[in-house]
This record gives sequence, structure tokens and C-alpha cells, in this order.
Amino acid sequence: MKPARFDYVRAETLAQVHAVLAAEGGDARVIAGGQTLLPMLSMRLARPKVVVDIMRLPELAEIAGDGENIRIGAAVTQQQLLAWPELARTVPLLAAALPWVGHAQTRSRGTVCGSLAHADPSAEIPLALLALEGTLELSSRRRRRVPAAQFFTGLMSTARADDEMIEAAIFPCRRAGHGYAFQEFGRRHGDFAIVACAAVAHARGIRLAVGGVADRPIARDYSDIDGAALDDALDEFAWQLDARDDLHATASYRRGLVRRLGRATIEEARRCRA
Amino acid sequence: MPRLSAEARHRVAFQLNGRPVAAEAEPRMLLTDFLRHTLGMTGTHVGCEHGVCGACTVQIDGVPARACLTLAVQIEGAQVRTVEGLGPEPGRLSVLQEAFRRHHALQCGFCTAGILMSLDYYLRANPDPGEAALREFLGGHLCRCTGYVPILAAALDAARRLREPPPHA
Repeated sequence: MKPARFDYVRAETLAQVHAVLAAEGGDARVIAGGQTLLPMLSMRLARPKVVVDIMRLPELAEIAGDGENIRIGAAVTQQQLLAWPELARTVPLLAAALPWVGHAQTRSRGTVCGSLAHADPSAEIPLALLALEGTLELSSRRRRRVPAAQFFTGLMSTARADDEMIEAAIFPCRRAGHGYAFQEFGRRHGDFAIVACAAVAHARGIRLAVGGVADRPIARDYSDIDGAALDDALDEFAWQLDARDDLHATASYRRGLVRRLGRATIEEARRCRA
Repeated sequence: MPRLSAEARHRVAFQLNGRPVAAEAEPRMLLTDFLRHTLGMTGTHVGCEHGVCGACTVQIDGVPARACLTLAVQIEGAQVRTVEGLGPEPGRLSVLQEAFRRHHALQCGFCTAGILMSLDYYLRANPDPGEAALREFLGGHLCRCTGYVPILAAALDAARRLREPPPHA
């Protein structure tokens, strides 16, 4: 398993990245930590003509908070974010979700934005961004912001145009009176999630996002329901996710997990609110 | 802006186990192959070659990383440490390696180099690790011989010895 041939650009400025992407479009791929791109290259599921390395751009290596949001640059690794002392206080959902991402040995190089770009349906970081209603900052010669709900468009596909890169991810900070929880079920810790849930509880209701079932993470907002009403809502959500059988679990098993793990995550988020 | 062409080999200069080295690599060459085939450093093993098994784990700029998920050209200017750099001098083992021998923490040894590079980092970052945290951390490596129990024992033993003050000369 060796990658096919490609040119390699060690970008020194953002303008250089944009120029390569503008010239090569879909034949170019941005590499940051490489923890998902390298397997794709080695298995030849991706065969770009040129790979652009963005890890030497200091402006992409920043985590910046303004009280409302934190902005995570494209070169920030998952480990750097986990080690950021403000994380648990400012974005508790991310602090809970990140330890589930791969292993310590891949989080050391894997980036937050790389995981968003790859858009694996069972990945934790896209799920957390969707649950928190975060946004992506895409840049080319233009610049635009795309809400998470519009960014993930299907199985490993996103609203990013061929000439765009993800420059940063914007995660809303914890809000007063809100509770956050993340739970995941997999065969072994570090495996892909069979089902992962992220919940936000607030005074008017709850938001639940589910990963690992549909072709992308999906979120639903509910009023402050409980008991049988919540069971019914979760059952309906589980069916709407259109689970499929695969090697890891049957569709029915996944629906069962959405009902139980969904409820457990909502209950944990409500406890965190209190 | 440096653009390295796919067809050619390009000079990659970096620090390997504390010494400056330079060699040539095509852009598509993985760090595993660069270390083993180009530089002859065969201590780093290649298992699954897609980041799952952990056999190829090395340290890049002080943190554990899968060499098979790294391009050789990405490590230009970096500090890379491999299992060959663990012993304090030729013919001597590190405290961690000694503990592995004492506890029979390897049988076939294929996974060992990667696990040593991970644990060497971990014990420096966490001198007094809990067993649960160590188990979690070791989850990033596959070992099909030992069942992990002796690896865990060796890691805890090494951590304890590394915490002890050095004996008086």
C-alpha cells in the first residue's frame, strides 16, 4: 500500500495555498496532520496530483476565544486542543468528545479541521460541531462561513468547493444555563463509533445530534419533553436515521442504541445543566 | 514556494535521534519506508500501513506519531526519534526497555518498537500514571502475543524506577 505519485507543496503563505487550489481544483488536496488523508492516499482512494502542506503556516496554528466562540485554526491538532487549559470551561462538549477521537498516538498529529474536512459519518468532531451549531470558515480567493448543518452533505462529502480550504472551525462557547453531554458506543475505545450522541439541554428544550448511523451527523431539536414523549421522539428519530446493516452492527441494533444512548446523553446533559 | 515534483527525489534534512541526517525521497514516500529503506533504520516496524496497529510509532518533535501516516517530506527540519535512539549508549537498554525484558513484555517483538516509543513519551509526560490511563493509552497499539498484561506491568515498573532518585555514585 503505497500512495500514487503526487507533487508536494510546502506552503509558506495562505495565498500560496489558495493559488494551488485555484489552479488545480479537485486534483489538489490539503494535508495537515495527514491522519485520514494518508490512509486514503495509501489505499489509493484519493489520487491527487498535488498535496499542499499547510502545517507551516503560523496563522493557522491558533486557538482564539472571544467569549462567544472559539476559533480553531486548520493546523491545530486534536491534542493541542485537548491540552488547551480553557477547553473544559469554554467548550465542555468538545472536552468530552475529543478523548474518543482515534488514539493519543493519532491525536498528536491529527487536526480538528482535518476531521471536519474528511466528514466521516461516525467521527466525533463533526458531531460536536453540529450539536453546538458551529460554523466552518472556508477560504479561497473569497471567504465564507458555512453552518455545520449545511456543511455536511453526505458520506464523506461536504459543501467545500474544490478551490476552498477549511481555514478554521468556530465552536460556540458554553452558555449559562446550558448542559452538555457526549456518549459513544464502539467495540473498543478508539474504534469508529457504532453510535455516538451529543446533547445540549437548555431551559426551552434539548438538542440531540447522532453520528455513526446516517451518512452524516444529524441533529434534532425538541421542546423540554420527557418520559413517554421523549421515548416516542427518540424512536421516530432512530427510524428517520435510516440505519443500515454492516459488519459492525445491524440496523436494528443501531436504532436500539439511538434510543438508549440518546436518552442517556440527554439525561446527562440535563444533569449538567443543574 | 517550494513545489516538489512527483517524479523526482528531493533532499529531506532533519534530526534523527539527535543527529542531523539528510537523504532523498519522492513526495509520496512514507516515513516508514524512508527510515527503513533509505536510511537503513529497520528498528521501526511496518504492520498495517494505515495507522491502526501502531507498530511504526516514532516520536516527531517530541510526540508519538505513526510513521506510516507521515510523508518523508513532511519531516523536513523536524526532530525524529526512533527505537534506535532509546538506549543511553550502544549495548545498553533504557529503563523502560529493561523493564520490558524483566516482565517478558514481548514475545514476537513486532509491535514492541512502537509501544516503546509511545510509552517513552507517556512516562515522561506522566511520571506517575494510573493503570486505567495506561491501558487507555496502550489502546493505540495492537499486540497479538502478550495480552498486554506484561506490557502494563513493565510500564508501571519502569515508571516507578524512573521516579526513584538516581543512586549515589
